Amino acid sequence: MWNQFFQRADYAAITPEIVLTIFGLGILLIDFLIREKRDKYLNAVTALIGLGMAGVQLVRFWRGSLLPLPYSGFGGAFALDSFAIYFKLIVLVATALVVLISVRYLEIEEAHFGEYYALLLFSVVGMMFMASGRDLIVLFISLELMALCEYVLTGFLRGNRRSNEAAMKFFLLGAFSSGLLLYGMSLLYGIGNSTNLAVIAGRLADRPSPDPLSWMAMITLLAGLFFKIAAVPFHQWTPDAYEGAPTSITAFISVAPKAASFAILMRILLVGIWPLRLEWQVLMMGVAVATMVVGNLAAITQANIKRFFGYSTISHVGYLLLGLVAAADGNPEGLTAVAIYLLVYSFMNLGAFAVIIMMRRKNLVGDEIDDLSGLMARAPGSAILMLIFLLSLAGIPPTAGFIGKYFIFLSLIQTRHYFLAVLAVAFAVVALYYYFRIVVAMFMKKPLDTVPLATSPGVSVALGITLGMTLIVGVYPQPFIVLARAAIRPFFS
Amino acid sequence: MQFFHDHILSIVLFTPLAGLFLLLFIPGERKNAVRWWGNIAMFAGFLVSLPLVFWFSREAPDQQFKFIERHDWIASIGAQYFLGIDGISFLLIMLTTVLGFLSVLSSWTAIEERAKEYYAMFLLLQTGMLGVFMSLDFFLFYVFWEVMLVPMYFIIGVWGGPRKLYAAIKFFLYTLAGSVLMLLGILALYFRYQADTGIYTFNVLSLMQHTWPENLQFWVFWAFMIGFAIKVPMFPFHTWLPDAHVEAPTAGSVILAGVLLKMGTYGFVRFSLPILPQASSNPKIVKVMVALSIIAIIYGALVSMMQRDMKKLIAYSSVSHLGFCTLGIFALNPHGLSGSVIQQINHGISTGALFLIAGLIYERRHTREIKELGGLSNVMPVYATLFMIITLSSIGLPLLNGFIGEFTILQGAFEVNWRWAAWAVLGIVLGAAYMLWLYQRTMFGTCDNPKNQVLKDLNFREIMTLVPLVLWAFWIGLYPKPFFDVLEKPVTAIVQRVNPSFYVPPPPVTATVPPAVVPESEPKAATHAPGVTH
Repeated sequence: MWNQFFQRADYAAITPEIVLTIFGLGILLIDFLIREKRDKYLNAVTALIGLGMAGVQLVRFWRGSLLPLPYSGFGGAFALDSFAIYFKLIVLVATALVVLISVRYLEIEEAHFGEYYALLLFSVVGMMFMASGRDLIVLFISLELMALCEYVLTGFLRGNRRSNEAAMKFFLLGAFSSGLLLYGMSLLYGIGNSTNLAVIAGRLADRPSPDPLSWMAMITLLAGLFFKIAAVPFHQWTPDAYEGAPTSITAFISVAPKAASFAILMRILLVGIWPLRLEWQVLMMGVAVATMVVGNLAAITQANIKRFFGYSTISHVGYLLLGLVAAADGNPEGLTAVAIYLLVYSFMNLGAFAVIIMMRRKNLVGDEIDDLSGLMARAPGSAILMLIFLLSLAGIPPTAGFIGKYFIFLSLIQTRHYFLAVLAVAFAVVALYYYFRIVVAMFMKKPLDTVPLATSPGVSVALGITLGMTLIVGVYPQPFIVLARAAIRPFFS
Repeated sequence: MQFFHDHILSIVLFTPLAGLFLLLFIPGERKNAVRWWGNIAMFAGFLVSLPLVFWFSREAPDQQFKFIERHDWIASIGAQYFLGIDGISFLLIMLTTVLGFLSVLSSWTAIEERAKEYYAMFLLLQTGMLGVFMSLDFFLFYVFWEVMLVPMYFIIGVWGGPRKLYAAIKFFLYTLAGSVLMLLGILALYFRYQADTGIYTFNVLSLMQHTWPENLQFWVFWAFMIGFAIKVPMFPFHTWLPDAHVEAPTAGSVILAGVLLKMGTYGFVRFSLPILPQASSNPKIVKVMVALSIIAIIYGALVSMMQRDMKKLIAYSSVSHLGFCTLGIFALNPHGLSGSVIQQINHGISTGALFLIAGLIYERRHTREIKELGGLSNVMPVYATLFMIITLSSIGLPLLNGFIGEFTILQGAFEVNWRWAAWAVLGIVLGAAYMLWLYQRTMFGTCDNPKNQVLKDLNFREIMTLVPLVLWAFWIGLYPKPFFDVLEKPVTAIVQRVNPSFYVPPPPVTATVPPAVVPESEPKAATHAPGVTH
């Protein structure tokens, strides 16, 4: 029985996850040995080594030298295909960047504990299983693993009220959405007699339409997922959680869980409930438009920069959902758009957060847009970097953000969703307006304080990587497009 | 030398960017070094573009586009690094390199704060503008088209007047709204081309040779039209222009009026007409475009007349002058088109110079109110003389450049419909009125304001910013033949594509209706095409 389901190669396929779990546990042990406060950075180094080793293993998987791809393990519950590897790599790189920008910040916040890095790694393990999961049980457990670590990390600043409040809100709403998700999953299980997405899809296709039961399953399932990706109307937790969480964790939850949740969403939409694509396409259109409207319009009036980025994330999610609308028509470019958008979004958003995190200095919270005033006069290098990240977020060429938006527009035009395309470009203009509020503060206002920014080697390395990627993908996107197309191939073979 | 010849466009394009890169190594506190380097880099940009003048007519005489450079860029979506110029883009490139240098030269004393950033922005802007005129790949074109918005935003927003923030973001949002719509139009063509031929390409030359369904042409035409019309700006889309011009620093206004507005008209000539010939020559669309042009001509002139602010007056006069350019384009005949391009150059020269002139007085008096000035010819004779020449050039006095352009456009319009020409002539009359009135109010009379009595006349550097433009104005006014010669081929090609009936002898039928559809690829009859001669 045992041998029938779990083969030796199955364990080879999850080596990256195993490595990360060991490193996470290892950090908890090593943390005891570090007595001096100033040596806590060793935890970060350990985490980076773990992430690096997992990354190397994933690259070897991608080359296909270890296992034949696509590999299906654990009785079909776990898929190791190019799609999963692509998203796992995004998550790993994003987490590594977050670790780099965390060290100095946590020292300033006086919350530099080893658990922080251990929790980060555990949530990464969750996300990696999310990218590979092809079974409802695997998906749910991995999603919860990720979410629970996030709740704790959001409330990591124990002495800080806002952090506690944010964690509480995030947890309550998250638990509620998990309930919805589970409800949808139980209905699907009832329909499909199986937890395997491919089997469920087969059963769904056989059911006569119209079929209210499967619609009910689809809607509750998607509602739970919409919460995770912060799509309207399940977005209310986002600004609060973003504002209260430690800035490094805000950066983290704005990127890595988004990528992993989109991986799940795509797997469910394109495999599990693919027979219902006409139904979920309509749903996606409505949600995408609402998300773009709310995200873009609400961002205009924010004064707190972390809330601002909360709404900015929501608006980007709106664009990503448009890519899925196009994908429902069987358009591969729509999925390429999502894959590439998530890649560039990770870098540009983390780059912006790397600048923001330097604003947190001893006795200076520095998370209002006004705190960035006159940054050009104080720290021209950081101001110019921030400008490039903002231009990219607004989708101005030749930055990476434009390539992401370009593929979204492309897929909408290709599938003849002209109205959505016009709406999407209209909101690109709105987006420029609010991103440029920060530019105005940085370049055209007088500085409010003269305390130097909290720079550190880690932040500098993170800025270098994010800037490099933002510009390279913008100017020469060719290899990344090839990569993204390879990533989505499992769905269109 | 051979390498230089083969890559001349890339070299012209990236010289300003290289200058920007080196500028970064000069510390910002050393203002004079920064200024010198800014000017040297811009002048170098002009110098490397000079060989184009000597090589242009000899280079590949049988090719429509010359100095072509073509490399794969983003192979997976078919975008290429594809540069090439014809007569139209050649003239606009020369205008850009000349005005770019002169505007930077004019800011020597005007910009005291954050000089390094200022010159950096101008160098970046220069590369963006040149790229727009050189690109023959739609994707590349779009990248440059957008890149250029950022430095212009900063030039207005940092070094501008009291309402600079409002003006800068208005400029950015307006233009961006137009250009993203244009992007959708580009993508629609891109797909249709793929559906028809199986090839993904942004190659403008291939798109020009393709036959598009009429329905698609209409939609794409309007998408392009909004993008270009905002840039020109045509009548209902012009409201960003006065704000941007008034608030921008002098050099910003010069570039904005001299080069940036031309991108809109260039877009019509380069893309709308040849790629979407049926839509562009559709009688209804032509009527709308001509009506908007005539409204712009007359409305711009009337509003100019009522301005109290010198820069605002010149800004609205731009609306009027650009109305002539779009009128010429949608006359869809060789006279109209070549007149339009010549007028675009003329507008760059005269309005660029007018903004320089307004800037010179602003630097001395820190006001642009016309009523604050008066009788300046007594204290600043050199200034008054140059201003006179430029005024006359702007209102289209014979022997100066404005006349040539306006006359040719009117000729083209008249060939299609005499009423168009009649309305446009009204604009010329009004133009003479507001410009001469401006001159009278500022230069003549007694100089009784004590603040004006102590003004110094222009120094050598300031004179040198205006002299090249005056000389160029005389050149076009006295001997425009080389300019028309350069334009003849591209204009003929465009007219053949968009208005083939022009080169076909009128059918013997006495019907008053113009021949409906003339089959494509009918250029054989063009052998007796009336060349543009003057």
